[in-house]
Amino acid sequence: MTELHRTAIHAVINNSSPQLSWNPFEDLATLFHFEFMVHAFQAGTIIAIVAGAIGYFVVLRGSAFAAHALSHIGFAGATGAVVIGLSPIAGLLAFTLGAGVAIGALGSRLRGRDVTIGIVLAWTLGLGVLFISLYRGYATEAYAILFGEILGISTSDVAVTLAAGVITLIAVGALYRPLLFSSVDEDLAAAKGVPVTALSIAFMAILAIAVTEAVQVVGVLLIFALVVTPAAIAVRFTSRPAIAIATGIGLALTFSWLGLAIAFYSPHPVSFFITSLAFATYVAVRIAEPLKTRMRRTTANATA
Amino acid sequence: MTDHPAIAARELSATYGSRAVWTGATFEIPSGSFTAILGPNGSGKSTLVRLVLGLLSAAEGDLEVLGKPPHRGNPSIGYVPQGSHFDPELSIRGRDFVGLGVDGHRWGMRITDRAQAETKVAKAIASVDAKQYADRQLGRLSGGEQQRLLLAQALVGMPQLLLLDEPLSHLDVRNQQAMVQLISDVARERHLTVLLIAHDVNPLLPHIDHVLYVAHGRLAMGKPNEIITSESLSRIYSSPVEVLKDSRGRVFVVGLEEEVSHPHD
Repeated sequence: MTELHRTAIHAVINNSSPQLSWNPFEDLATLFHFEFMVHAFQAGTIIAIVAGAIGYFVVLRGSAFAAHALSHIGFAGATGAVVIGLSPIAGLLAFTLGAGVAIGALGSRLRGRDVTIGIVLAWTLGLGVLFISLYRGYATEAYAILFGEILGISTSDVAVTLAAGVITLIAVGALYRPLLFSSVDEDLAAAKGVPVTALSIAFMAILAIAVTEAVQVVGVLLIFALVVTPAAIAVRFTSRPAIAIATGIGLALTFSWLGLAIAFYSPHPVSFFITSLAFATYVAVRIAEPLKTRMRRTTANATA
Repeated sequence: MTDHPAIAARELSATYGSRAVWTGATFEIPSGSFTAILGPNGSGKSTLVRLVLGLLSAAEGDLEVLGKPPHRGNPSIGYVPQGSHFDPELSIRGRDFVGLGVDGHRWGMRITDRAQAETKVAKAIASVDAKQYADRQLGRLSGGEQQRLLLAQALVGMPQLLLLDEPLSHLDVRNQQAMVQLISDVARERHLTVLLIAHDVNPLLPHIDHVLYVAHGRLAMGKPNEIITSESLSRIYSSPVEVLKDSRGRVFVVGLEEEVSHPHD
């Protein structure tokens, strides 16, 4: 995307935000009148489905920090790619994949794994800072990587996102049962013949691709909102894996769509709305939960 | 009934890294018997189980499991690993967990055979009396309830051999007795061979046929009343071992707690 493009889009978003007519059909028509909004919804939808699906396994495996770290490590790759004149997404993917495979090989139960990841994470963020300083002209590029830039997605970006999304979903489907098994009890899965280490590496590689996609929407700093929060909310409602995955996808879609729609009619960034919707929902669920249990207990006591 | 023993070991040795865990083990576990594996921490009880599962290979000697060399993913073995108590946040139903015992090792999603798998799971859950809580979140269940579902998971594949690594260690005395009774009943009904690792032999004594003692780098097998005596254990381990009995008939083994090597805790 050119600098001109970006300026044009920012002009639309910041200075002359469309006015809400309060007629939902008219407002939706206005929203989809802009090609960049159509692209944003297309990419946002694909990414929400992928993030929601893989998020369940991230939560089940207790790999939330690894997911978070992957995206940050990817930041160095993205800024590095810009320095040598490559696409930031290519650099992002290379670094997240490399880090994903390395983290996967560490194994999921190794004590101190998070410390190791954190140490690598800190160093790569330092590298990222160096790369930005080497290429001052591209500070907006760095900003986009950090906080996402879904409003600047082109038709070909959507096509790439779709292809990557389909690949990750097929991979998750193919690994579904053994991945679930090894996430619940690795010893047992290994005894049953599941190649747990290879699976751990494969899962982190899939996660790396998903994270790279999601960075386009929310950026590396806010990846948690799409990959972890929807699934973390979903598992509080159900302990049936398939339903938890479906709920996670539904929530990720809701946050993305609503976030995009609200941002369109406001001068503030999309990432802010998506992350805030995710956070507010999580807080609401955590507050409602003990209340619900207490109510159930009270009714149980009353009937007893 | 099969003509070969469930497990046959000849001059079997196990190493952990470069260190010998135990050596020269020769024993046979008869098909359909209930054997308790006893011994101090770090003596190599789990190592034996890992050899039988095919997760480790023997340093020396021969091992046959159900008449064949051990191999990973043996569908004739039902297994409950050590320290299996689940994180309370682990979001999976007991029923789904037992289902993993049916086809958790297969690639892809369960698309065909769904009804058949669900029937198997329901039967396994019924056989351990876990119907009441099988649809609740696994991590939120009590230790005893989790152990029953772990047992259901081990039974769901219709195994011939059950390997239970310390299934009693997180249970209170009453639950221990109920669990052993359940294991013993299921095993008799299905003609299963059971190997159960335990710290305390007392809740097992009314049910077991054999004891396999693992200590000081050696294995010794025999009938419980023959092997758990001061004379026999002292002779086997060439060191003074005392077997004490309290007023309620419970036995305590003193003198084998000290391990020469601690390959893993």
